Amino acid sequence: MKMVNLTIDGKTVTVPEGTLIVNAAKKVGIDIPVFCYHPKMEPVGMCRMCLVEIGRPVIDRTTGQVVREDDGSPKMQFGPKLETACTTPVSEGMVVLGTSEKAKAGRQDIIEFLLTSHPLDCPICDKGGECPLQNLTMEFGPGESRYLYDEKMHLAKHVPLGELIYLDRERCIQCGRCVRFQDQVVDDPVIGFFQRGRSLEIVTYSEPGFDSVFSGNTTDICPVGALTTTDFRFKARPWELRSAASICTQCPVGCNIAFNTRREAVSGGKWVIKRVMPRQNEWVNEIWMCDKGRFGYHYSKSAERLTQPLVRRQGELAPATWEEALSFVAERFQQAGDGLFSIAGGRLSNEDLYNQGKLTDSLGGKKVLYGTMGGGDLTAQSGLVPGSNFSDMGKETAILVVASDLHEEAPIWWLRVKQAAERGAQLIVANPRPTRLDAYATHLVRYPYGSEAGALLAMVNTLSAKRPDLPEAVANLVRSPELKAAAKAFAEAENAVILYGSEGTGLETSTALAQSCQNLLLATGHIGRINNGLVAVWQRVNDQGAWELGWRPVANLPEAMQAARALYVAAADPAGDDPAYLAEGRLGSQEQAFLVVQDLFLTATARLADVVLPVQAWTEREGSYTSGERRVQRFYPVVPELADSYADFSVAGQIGKRLGLDMEIRLAGRTFARLASETPAFTGLSYARLAEVVEQWPIVGRGDLYYGGTTYENSQGIGVQLPLTSAGGLSWPKLVEVGMPKIGLLAVPITRLYDHGSTLLPSSMLHQRIPEPYVVLNDQDAERLKISEGAAIQLIPAEGGSWLGVRAIARLRSDVPERIVLVPRSFGLPVAGPTVVSVRLAERVLA
Amino acid sequence: MAGIIGEILRGLSTTLHMAATKPVTIQYPEVKRPVRPRFKGRHHLMRYDNGMEKCIGCSLCSAACPADAIFVEAAENTDEERYSPGERYARVYEINMLRCIFCGYCEDACPTEAIVLGDNYELSFTDRRSSIYAKEMLLVPVDEGGKPTPQKVEPGIYTRSIPVMQDPKD
Repeated sequence: MKMVNLTIDGKTVTVPEGTLIVNAAKKVGIDIPVFCYHPKMEPVGMCRMCLVEIGRPVIDRTTGQVVREDDGSPKMQFGPKLETACTTPVSEGMVVLGTSEKAKAGRQDIIEFLLTSHPLDCPICDKGGECPLQNLTMEFGPGESRYLYDEKMHLAKHVPLGELIYLDRERCIQCGRCVRFQDQVVDDPVIGFFQRGRSLEIVTYSEPGFDSVFSGNTTDICPVGALTTTDFRFKARPWELRSAASICTQCPVGCNIAFNTRREAVSGGKWVIKRVMPRQNEWVNEIWMCDKGRFGYHYSKSAERLTQPLVRRQGELAPATWEEALSFVAERFQQAGDGLFSIAGGRLSNEDLYNQGKLTDSLGGKKVLYGTMGGGDLTAQSGLVPGSNFSDMGKETAILVVASDLHEEAPIWWLRVKQAAERGAQLIVANPRPTRLDAYATHLVRYPYGSEAGALLAMVNTLSAKRPDLPEAVANLVRSPELKAAAKAFAEAENAVILYGSEGTGLETSTALAQSCQNLLLATGHIGRINNGLVAVWQRVNDQGAWELGWRPVANLPEAMQAARALYVAAADPAGDDPAYLAEGRLGSQEQAFLVVQDLFLTATARLADVVLPVQAWTEREGSYTSGERRVQRFYPVVPELADSYADFSVAGQIGKRLGLDMEIRLAGRTFARLASETPAFTGLSYARLAEVVEQWPIVGRGDLYYGGTTYENSQGIGVQLPLTSAGGLSWPKLVEVGMPKIGLLAVPITRLYDHGSTLLPSSMLHQRIPEPYVVLNDQDAERLKISEGAAIQLIPAEGGSWLGVRAIARLRSDVPERIVLVPRSFGLPVAGPTVVSVRLAERVLA
Repeated sequence: MAGIIGEILRGLSTTLHMAATKPVTIQYPEVKRPVRPRFKGRHHLMRYDNGMEKCIGCSLCSAACPADAIFVEAAENTDEERYSPGERYARVYEINMLRCIFCGYCEDACPTEAIVLGDNYELSFTDRRSSIYAKEMLLVPVDEGGKPTPQKVEPGIYTRSIPVMQDPKD
């Protein structure tokens, strides 16, 4: 890369060619003020705040040499007018004057002009105190205005763009950051400019308003208080807030976030979370986060939370002391011995899973990860190696996204994959139905539901001389030119990444898919190098961590549970998710095994439990999560813990202690140290390592404020990516034949961002985005079955089952494959994998 | 000798003079001395003539307070329940009179002249809790012609973020 030397305000800088002057200045700590420019977006030069004087050396046209003054210094030619530093790239020998009288006067005029119609709302504005306009006015403003106060424009103050974001038209300085963010960065152009000049205003085009899962980010980058969130509206002044670093728990991306808290009188003086903002981590979420993470944290402060242990006495759950409850549990676990069945959800932290695993292992019990995705062992063998970063992927990279509606499953990964594709990466999207990622794909592969693994094997097949037999369902695919082209592009790319999700897969199909992904990576030599490897789009934040610590999902969990003499269920609600656990798993029946439930809420499973143990939410404690990219990241206590409460790892540890085991019950950090010493992949890691930070580019979130987001600065840790555990091997996956049923339809599970999860529903402001339980049918099928859009229907599994009574609204789409019913997870219809069903409308059986 | 008599007379004359002048001592608390015009006593939260609260819950008083004596928690007005003319009002407003040093910075910081230090200097408490003055204690009574807050108002009257101020240059 060619480097360019220039002088900014007397300081010499050397930066790569093409760098903009604002960024070059930032590198040496000189602030050139901006409003419309943002380092994550293309410059537009709309606000003119960054005006500087630029001088370029005079070149003699005949000789091509720099003309020199008498004293030997290069002769400089300054432009007649001020230029915008945000749109001008650096050039050799350039001299930039940001503090000359001319430049200062230029900025003063811009500020004065911006303030002609800016209201004096600062005292009640949510941005007041962290507002770039306020700061730059204080620093560069003229101090007084020549405009007439009575001529200020008066515009609408209270315009809800959606139910999440408010617009104040008067405060808007028309920098267009929000519009450009929605348009360029996330490609959700649902807001835009309307009218021109002084009448220009921001409007939303979508129904519902501001229909984008990234909408909250516009409030971070808005340089004034024009866009504010419903969540934080009038909640506190920014300077009153305390900040604590955390990790978002809503999906496997593991976005770095910061919680802002303040004591609240109406909550009895308790510390209360006032808002969530992203924290910069250029390897994970850059400076963005999705609305689910930003507005979906309210469950942690729900009034429904369990506060004390409950023990069943005379058939009723009654409050008990910790001592009673834990001793009782320990005694029964001891009796159960190897009949102990531990079921843990991926919401638990590494420390929790380690301690619960330790307890279970020492009794000889079984550790079960609650979920329907497989392949976590393979992602450990052939995942992304340390140093990998989606932001670095470009032309030389191929990204294959298979069986995943990434926009719904992990929005930030969707954004980063999309951006990689825009930088020139080959994006191969393999999915049975169109998804939002298709628009950026260079290759599209369509395969029938149930043939995910087959489709990838077909890709391997087209590349290799040895042609293993493929299942019938995908035999045709091998001949498809799209698949051949995709396979070729994948094989030829220097680097390649596969993201596999759980669109339409159950545990068996998912496991086969993961193995096929690994086969493809091995066959094309895309393992063990930076920016190569396999990433699972898990359903929970720490599923990857659970796999690393030896937790595995089991096929047909209800049936497997029959062998259990004691059940230890943490952060999972089997009885609430699937009635099969009641019947086949014997939950709630006379033969129910001794059941201990450890959770935040009194879930359906907890209601059946013999002992219910409350725990602390992740905002009340320390811990670490392992993201889908196998990055281990720390989260910190945000609010004080509830009285007499323990974190999951401590509860498991205290049960263990009563069984005579040596377990850590107090400090998460010490638990992690034990975990690291016993788990090969975590070797050498400690909380101190996880808390290490490095300098990040672009520089955002410092005192200058003008790139927005006061919590951007990451001083609490960027996390550590785990090394690969061992070399993965080629193996022929156990393919599951999922053929189209002769009668009926094939119901397949899909993941939706705004679902009915117990960690999302307590956030009432998102309720408008959370739909009623619904299923999606092909419109042709619907016509044949005489089902109209919006009709209430029931699904009846062909093999029997107890979903009757679960109603769902039918939605009709033409892009759903024929004879397929898409069933969103967590909406009450427990479709664990591809399942043959018939559809019933009202009382009549239709198919 | 004459000297001594002279001294006695001189002293006596002072006594007689004082006996004839008005006493300095006042019978507090039955009688109270008027305070100086710029005296800074216990705070009041002011109202507009129509009874609406002037306070907009901006927390600037709290930010300015060197003793960290003020706690403000804001909420949003609706036309159904309107406390102040703007969008925002103080849902909770507390001053800890034990911490307050009566410097008057809060009054200086207030953009709507809502908080004003008054004449009352008679602050005594028997416990710490009662030294915290809540909003109800600080708010002045509603003037004649005004209505108590919250008021129910017609939509469309109060559309500004904060009450329209005079030209700040004046």
